[in-house]
Amino acid sequence: MLQLCLTVHTFFNLAVITFFYFSRKSASFYTSIMAVEFEGGVVIGADSRTTTGAYIANRVTDKLTPIHERIFCCRSGSAADTQAIADAVTYQLGFHSIELDEAPLVQTAASLFREMCYRYREELMAGIIVAGWDPRRGGQVYTVPVGGMMTRQPVSVGGSGSSYIYGYVDSNYRAGMSKEECLKFTAEALTLAMERDGSSGGVVRLAVVSEQGVERQVILGNQLPKFSTV
Amino acid sequence: MATVSVRQYHRGGFSFENCKRNALLEADINKLGFSSPAARKTGTTICGVVYKDGVVLGADTRATEGMVVADKNCSKIHYISPNVYCCGAGTAADTEMTTQIISSNLELHSLSTGRLPRVATANRMLKQMLFRYQGYIGAALVLGGVDSTGPQLYSIYPHGSTDKLPYVTMGSGSLAAMAVFEDRYKPNMEEEEAKRLVRDAIAAGIFNDLGSGSNIDLCVITKGKVDYLRPHDVANKKGVREDKINGRPETGNYRYKHGTTGVLTKAVTPLNLEVVEESVQTMDTS
Repeated sequence: MLQLCLTVHTFFNLAVITFFYFSRKSASFYTSIMAVEFEGGVVIGADSRTTTGAYIANRVTDKLTPIHERIFCCRSGSAADTQAIADAVTYQLGFHSIELDEAPLVQTAASLFREMCYRYREELMAGIIVAGWDPRRGGQVYTVPVGGMMTRQPVSVGGSGSSYIYGYVDSNYRAGMSKEECLKFTAEALTLAMERDGSSGGVVRLAVVSEQGVERQVILGNQLPKFSTV
Repeated sequence: MATVSVRQYHRGGFSFENCKRNALLEADINKLGFSSPAARKTGTTICGVVYKDGVVLGADTRATEGMVVADKNCSKIHYISPNVYCCGAGTAADTEMTTQIISSNLELHSLSTGRLPRVATANRMLKQMLFRYQGYIGAALVLGGVDSTGPQLYSIYPHGSTDKLPYVTMGSGSLAAMAVFEDRYKPNMEEEEAKRLVRDAIAAGIFNDLGSGSNIDLCVITKGKVDYLRPHDVANKKGVREDKINGRPETGNYRYKHGTTGVLTKAVTPLNLEVVEESVQTMDTS
């Protein structure tokens, strides 16, 4: 009981990591997620690892969650929190879309996430990237990190593995890349992150969201791009 | 928008106001040298597998209270609906009550829709309830069943996150069971093969984890049929004590032959008692 209370109080103090007997830890996505805008849509990607402490609870997780037909979110942080938020936003956005009788805007979805993440910022641990395509503004990427800020970015990375790839992303991103270039860029960035971050791993899940719809693909462990074998 | 359910969640129910106070008290008690009573946990191995025609759920049968076995043959596979069953690990009371609440609500929901309930519905109800209580309900569940969309298996964690997978394990023995699954799982197994795999996975948990033990329960769910096999396998048979003096098996017979203990001296002292008062009260038998 004491240990459980300690979990709650130190949960948001990311500098202090307390280790418990396996069954007391909650499931988290200390992860690597990424989203890139291109002309005509967005490319989103994520690793597939969920951990409870040092044990991998699910090695084939799908962190790319559909919120609406052409709007996805990439989830990082606490598994329970992000699943609950995503379910709530899916409901709210679906309701809003029916009322409007047209496809919702990606900015609307991002705002709904921001509202919830900011209002309950003390209780939640969720870092979310909202990405999709709408007829008004095309492909868009919005990032809603821990704390509840929302901002639009052409390329966004998130999760614990993102720290290792900021340099790679900043140096390799060019505006106006094609869909295939974006897919390659995302796959390589996530591979590098998974290589260095212990909390990221498994397979790379990719999705392309555009006017034509959604194309999903999976890159298995042995098919990941190879870098120097140092 | 509102689900048809019997329980009013806002009044009564759990109150966690005393958690901080309990934490302080526990710290003080430990300083004085006493230990606070432990909740009864199931310290368990539970698992499930999706096979060709349905789902096989398995569980051990030991319930522990700290380091003592509280129940040698408890039932960890709970009924949710005719086509959905749920194994529970963690705090025994929490898994028992949570599954009963959701079973009750799911039956009302099923009467309202006029259809057999879906596994995904049970999953939603469970995860939303556990998330609402922010992990204080220590119930880690393996939910499995067959509905109109096919066989499904979910693992549900105490904080409210769920995973939909072809094979899952939970509890303290989950690592041992997962090792067996990772080695031998194949998609679209036959029923006998799936039952053997689950049995072996639970056995791995029973023999390699101190928190799991006793027998193996199995629950095979297919479209229209449920086989609740309790016990499926008595992995730990209780031995029979042998009476070495007579050479035949006796269970704790403490009768000895006349003359086993030698009598050294005998002293008889008569006690003279006076009858003071004697009264008879008839019993009322009508």
